[in-house]
Amino acid sequence: MENKITDPFIIRGIMAGVAVALISGLVGCFVVWRRLSYYGESIAHSSLLGAGIGILLGVGINIGVVFVCLIFGFLFLWLQQSKALSSDTLLGVLAHVALALGIIVISFNKIKIDLHAILFGDILTVSSTDIWGMYIGVFLAIILILFNWSSLLLVTVDEDLAKAEGINPLYMNFLLTSVLTIVVALSLQVIGLLLITAMLIIPAATARRLVNSPKIMVVASTLIGIFSVIIGIYISVQADIPSGPSIVVVSAALFFISHFFGNLFKKE
Amino acid sequence: MKTANALISAHNISVVKNEKAILKNIDIEINKNDFLTIIGPNGAGKTMLLKCLMEFYKPDSGKIIKKPNLKIGYMPQSINIINTMPLSVQNFITVRKKFDEVSFKKVVSETQTEKIIDKQLSVLSGGEMQRVLLARSLLNNPELLILDEPAQNLDVSGQIYFYNLLQSIYLKRGLSVLMVSHDLHLVMVSTKKVICLSNHICCYGKPQHITKDPEFISMFGKDMANIMAVYQHSNESDKIQYNNITNGE
Repeated sequence: MENKITDPFIIRGIMAGVAVALISGLVGCFVVWRRLSYYGESIAHSSLLGAGIGILLGVGINIGVVFVCLIFGFLFLWLQQSKALSSDTLLGVLAHVALALGIIVISFNKIKIDLHAILFGDILTVSSTDIWGMYIGVFLAIILILFNWSSLLLVTVDEDLAKAEGINPLYMNFLLTSVLTIVVALSLQVIGLLLITAMLIIPAATARRLVNSPKIMVVASTLIGIFSVIIGIYISVQADIPSGPSIVVVSAALFFISHFFGNLFKKE
Repeated sequence: MKTANALISAHNISVVKNEKAILKNIDIEINKNDFLTIIGPNGAGKTMLLKCLMEFYKPDSGKIIKKPNLKIGYMPQSINIINTMPLSVQNFITVRKKFDEVSFKKVVSETQTEKIIDKQLSVLSGGEMQRVLLARSLLNNPELLILDEPAQNLDVSGQIYFYNLLQSIYLKRGLSVLMVSHDLHLVMVSTKKVICLSNHICCYGKPQHITKDPEFISMFGKDMANIMAVYQHSNESDKIQYNNITNGE
């Protein structure tokens, strides 16, 4: 069957993709600034377990993902307090335990799950109800971040300076974990588990070379994300290729272009 | 050393970590217009004492009493400048601060950061970075400025430049200063009192007196004490020398 860009389910896919871009552009900047890409990746890994549990309990994939990812994030922040092991070691342990448990859970006979759709994303599965849910999630996450914007920024620059001004860095880490969880849950259908981190990092990394203030970086990375989603889905429909990878390839192309021109016009 | 209206005071505070006493029964207080310098060897608990006073570490015993609504400006030794975030000097100085245009301009001119205000944080030199940190700590018009080894990473002329700047801000603003510093010979002129800390308070007093204190001599050695003595005698000529070096920067 020939798909057209104006088909209702393609439009829904684009709307879902734009929702993802709106929030991942913002959260992705913090991921890039604070070097949290492995953390984002690990939370994404744990979403398979979340999807499995969500179906097992009959509460749906999204609720399951949010629930499990939150537990994962808080468990990590708690373990991190001891400082005996480095963050990447802890994440290496947790992410793979979560992945292993996830594979075990979805191997139960009762569970009918489209593993392909979870790993690689499938915009054709996005329903109108999903889109409403997504925009509510995006709205919540954006509000959370904007209300704490300057505190988050200061914690990112220097934790001691933030503490001296009465900010609790742990609270800020909880906040970032929560919004990361929302991003992962939203991105699962559109981008797929394996490529979620790309959507977080590539637009922000692309923007980095072009801007000189945090706010503008957020705006630029969001716009780059939206552009990648629309062009990516368009190409995927035209060429009949999966949408998630197509979006990632478009944003990666922008990344290399921005670095090429960034070097060319670099001011000293 | 007890007065009723201290800005901030520590009463018999102790901190124990891993069964080791970091701070033992410390009593200090900072009054209006004080300039107090804490010296001591590495691991003496200097930074811990600052953290307790600023109430982001709770001492195991003892208490901290702060004047209500005391405005503190804090300048850390350094910050990890992250290249991953684009951040200009102006952005950094003002983030999460309430201020008006007049006090911003005043701070920028006091700390001589006018020329670098639009630069990215990541391209600053060591001395410029310390002035930017100082500017940030001054922006909310603090009554008390707390500095943790503010010139640690600078070369000698940078240190002199920085301490002269601090001295002039201290005099102009009439604020109180609490500073951890190893560069006692350079802050001799500005500092009014010195606390010598080695987990407990070894000695306390005016800089001229402290260098003759047997505890100070046993901690830093006789040579150090002699060097200090030289600095005190030639305060005025030192100042002229400093200014010459400053102009050269």
